[in-house]
Amino acid sequence: MSEPIVQFKNVHKSFGDVEVLKGIDLDISPSEKVAIIGPSGSGKTTIIRMLMTLEKITSGDIIVDGQNLWKMEKNGSMVEANQKHLRSIRGDIGMVFQHFNLFPHMTILENCMTAPIHVKKEEKTEVRKRSIQMLERVGLGDKLDNYPNQLSGGQKQRVAMARALVMRPKVMLFDEVTSALDPELVGEVLEVIRDIAKNDDMAMILVTHEMDFALDIADKVVFLDEGVIAESGSASQVIEHSQNERLQSFLSRFRN
Amino acid sequence: MDYVIEFIPQIARGLNITISVLIASALFAYIMAFFSGLCRLSNNVIVRKFTGFYVEIFRGTSLIVQLFWLYYAIPMLFGIQLGSNWWVGVFAIGLNYGAYLSEVVRTSILSVAQGQYEAATALNMSRFQRMRIVIFPQAVRMMLPEFGNYTIQILKGTSLVSLIAMSDILYYGDILRGSYQQQTPIIYGIVLVLYFILALPLIWLTKKGEKIAKKGVAS
Ligand SMILES: Nc1ncnc2c1ncn2[C@@H]1O[C@H](COP(=O)(O)OP(=O)(O)OP(=O)(O)O)[C@@H](O)[C@H]1O
Ligand SMILES: [Mg+2]
Repeated sequence: MSEPIVQFKNVHKSFGDVEVLKGIDLDISPSEKVAIIGPSGSGKTTIIRMLMTLEKITSGDIIVDGQNLWKMEKNGSMVEANQKHLRSIRGDIGMVFQHFNLFPHMTILENCMTAPIHVKKEEKTEVRKRSIQMLERVGLGDKLDNYPNQLSGGQKQRVAMARALVMRPKVMLFDEVTSALDPELVGEVLEVIRDIAKNDDMAMILVTHEMDFALDIADKVVFLDEGVIAESGSASQVIEHSQNERLQSFLSRFRN
Repeated sequence: MDYVIEFIPQIARGLNITISVLIASALFAYIMAFFSGLCRLSNNVIVRKFTGFYVEIFRGTSLIVQLFWLYYAIPMLFGIQLGSNWWVGVFAIGLNYGAYLSEVVRTSILSVAQGQYEAATALNMSRFQRMRIVIFPQAVRMMLPEFGNYTIQILKGTSLVSLIAMSDILYYGDILRGSYQQQTPIIYGIVLVLYFILALPLIWLTKKGEKIAKKGVAS
């Protein structure tokens, strides 16, 4: 197997006195699709946010494409990463948020174009072409000049995905991207993620409560429980054939 | 009625002072507002404390006392002139309203949703890019109504420069009253109407700003 694109090595995270992640070890290979499941408060969001550099780690290492994310070498010893170091690595990572977080003062085309132009210094006409293609791919080719507040939740979330994708990340993070949506809009968003998962070769980490969806697209499913990885394996192993009692009782809540 | 026609041009002679002090002190206040509003959000404690001190001093004391300090007290204490009366008036009003407006700048920036910072970070924007491309444009939309309101306040505040011998419209009104005691209501009526006419475009701009603010931040 190829070198992992993301590695968690004994990662701990505390908020104040409360330790929410108690030693996470996780390898993700390039193009692997990983679903993280687990009860509320088990630390799923925290794992994703640490990888996106939105939350510091307390101890351990996160390695992205061979580089230590939160630590850097200075005068021969490892010190906490500075902004410059974080910035040099986090370009490999993209994220889609539960609440979309589109930029409300920009049209959806501008939402997609701004980072490639300003952050990656790419050429504007090329970025424009690529952004339009991406928006067409998520089914919004006719809304380019609309503002986010003119879109439905499902449409907003599809814009958010296009915006992350035009940056061409090596790893895409999805944190419960359908849970803020009306039930009838969930399908269209899952459909886009399915399309990305099947056709793009980037790695994906999805926090989700959609078990059927995880079964369909995930190469690996990780069950997080009380701050540790309690079970991990292929989707069918974990979701259909696990003996772990807590996992079974967690899953039983999704069957009806 | 004859008096009205006679007085209007007399009082209107003060318009250029009132308007020029309004424009200059408003611009100065805006600059102070953005400068100190951003300083108060700085990572540097000294910068933060220092600008906080300025803001609280100027918000906590009255404009007229500040004006007299700049005009009478500081030149006596330190033997320096701060410039012509016009400049002293512009400084005092600009510093005073700049302090209020810096709070508007600061709180508007802070009220941009946390998710916006996070989305900008996830797109790998630098600290400066986050501010310039994502946070600031949204914060400015929120600031517009308050900037409009304070500009109307500044217009009213300009009348204080008549106290340091600047010949604005209130000053000419006072002069006229000296000679026409009986016509005092007419004189101040004209002054009132002139201020209101000057305020009209500002009121209109404020309303417009409110509309932009409402539209610009819904996501
Ligand atoms: N900024 C924070 N400060 C303090 N505690 C926090 C913070 N963020 C998360 N926590 C706590 O850490 C724990 C894990 O939170 P996290 O959001 O990662 O859980 P989750 O698995 O994503 O849950 P959910 O399914 O409800 O989204 C929770 O107990 C939460 O209260
Ligand atoms: Mg969560």
